[in-house]
Amino acid sequence: MDVELTRDSGSLLATVSGRINTATAPDLESQLLSALGGTTDLTIDMKDVLYISSAGLRVILTVQKVMSRQGSFKLRNLRPEVFEVFEMTGFSQFITIE
Amino acid sequence: MHLTVETKVANIEVVTEFVNKRLEEMGCSRRAKAQIDIALDELFSNICHYAYGDKSGQATIRVEEVPEQNAVSITLEDDGIPFDPLAHNDPDISLGIHEREIGGLGIFIVKNTMNDVRYEYRDGLNVLTVTKTL
Repeated sequence: MDVELTRDSGSLLATVSGRINTATAPDLESQLLSALGGTTDLTIDMKDVLYISSAGLRVILTVQKVMSRQGSFKLRNLRPEVFEVFEMTGFSQFITIE
Repeated sequence: MHLTVETKVANIEVVTEFVNKRLEEMGCSRRAKAQIDIALDELFSNICHYAYGDKSGQATIRVEEVPEQNAVSITLEDDGIPFDPLAHNDPDISLGIHEREIGGLGIFIVKNTMNDVRYEYRDGLNVLTVTKTL
């Protein structure tokens, strides 16, 4: 898994690629959380994410809780098999996905 | 074909590579492969976290094609603490963000994406088998 961060003042774009699983989720969490200070608008681009397991959903939930206090948060460009996991688990009800 | 690895979460990469190579040989679809990879992550990480308490042990992963069903059967075995991951209630997926608990979500995903999931304790081994259409 790789994370590329692009900042434009309060906006942060995180482009994630590869597998979000038990082994990689802690790294994703620490990279995102350490970049959230001063971020009022976070977008995670998941175009090249192959899959996300519950370990990754836990990270998304943590990030959503932080961002709901300080701004907006959305996911974009999910592959159908990744979107399916968000739908199946009900996460699509409280996470903005475009 | 089988692979035996130490139950460390970092080994999910080795396990995934091993299974994916077989899936590619079987002509597995991209969607089924993603779902199987998630199931592997959920099941293998459960073993890593719970089967041997604070220690690690060994887990064996077997992959077999089931040609008459156009499916693959994947079995994970460990000789740790007897534990049936299927014997828990499904999480409430209608809850909002603040009430959400993550526990149980992994197994819920596995049950919802695999055609069949079964657990048995046999000859001192936890044996968990998933079957999935390719």
